[in-house]
Amino acid sequence: MNRPDVWLMIVLAGAITFSHRAAFIMLGSRLRMPPLLRRSLAYVPAAVLAAIVAPALTVRSGVAVGPFDVRLIALLGAGVVAWRARNLLITFIAGMALLWSGIALFG
Amino acid sequence: MIRLSPAASAGLRDVAPILLGLVPFGLITGVSGAAAGITAIDMVFMSAVVYAGASQLAAVSLMAASAAPWVVLLSVGLINLRFLMYSASLAPWVQRYGPGARALIAYLLVDHTYALSVIRYAREDESFDRRDYYLAMGVVVWLQWSVMTALGAVLGAQLPATLQLDFAVPLSFLALLVPLVTTRPTLVAATAGGALAIVLAPLPYSLGMVIATLVGVAAGTLAESVVRGRPGAPRGVEAR
Repeated sequence: MNRPDVWLMIVLAGAITFSHRAAFIMLGSRLRMPPLLRRSLAYVPAAVLAAIVAPALTVRSGVAVGPFDVRLIALLGAGVVAWRARNLLITFIAGMALLWSGIALFG
Repeated sequence: MIRLSPAASAGLRDVAPILLGLVPFGLITGVSGAAAGITAIDMVFMSAVVYAGASQLAAVSLMAASAAPWVVLLSVGLINLRFLMYSASLAPWVQRYGPGARALIAYLLVDHTYALSVIRYAREDESFDRRDYYLAMGVVVWLQWSVMTALGAVLGAQLPATLQLDFAVPLSFLALLVPLVTTRPTLVAATAGGALAIVLAPLPYSLGMVIATLVGVAAGTLAESVVRGRPGAPRGVEAR
């Protein structure tokens, strides 16, 4: 991607994000959110993050990985750590340590 | 030396404990950007213009995967939909301020400024300077985020490829996702979204991710109706 394209993308992404942040604060009570939409919004973060991370577990460069893939195992291990620790830094350190030791042992 | 109003000082006091916790996320986002081939300058620009960590991570990883521009923008929009909820919840508290102040409040709206301010506003009376309280917190968090992502981007570009730092991207998404899954409906939303994304991964331009997200959201909403509809079922059942 060219740099002007990257910049355009960043500006558009910023405009979308600001419109979400500003919607009710700027327009106040003139906006109404339908109850079903309000309920659905609660599930967006979990669904979108899972949809981004799951293919990274199982597909690399368009090819499905085997069950003994080092990165797959490191990510699953980091998932257990994330569940227990609920802390970004600890999960990050555990995941990178698992990946590096996996590569050192079997790479 | 600027003299701070009591409300601004209270904002700084309340935000101080969470600043340290924000350091790794900023650094990791910067490092991930560098691993995905985004320059430090572009990362700094992105932190200033978009100013929303998880969506910045998604954008850099999708751009590196040559996703279609509309897929990148749609993902950013989806991840940042929660700001609509925050905006709706914060709006009544700040209605008395002018459009300039409210625009600045909106720009600085992130998970932490939102959570801290609505908790504080509910405890204080009408005389409390909500704007000063919020802006003091908001500016500090913004500065911290800008500096940390910039630092991460510069550091990430120096580190050798053998460190496999591109692994930071799926790793940070996982670390953000797992603590979100606290109820059965969120578990349903995440499982449906994740499983369908794997099945649809061969679709071009990361199109599968968008479809999987929408189906995951629908599945979570449906599951919530089922949990609620069952007589005697407790609300928000713990998933584990």
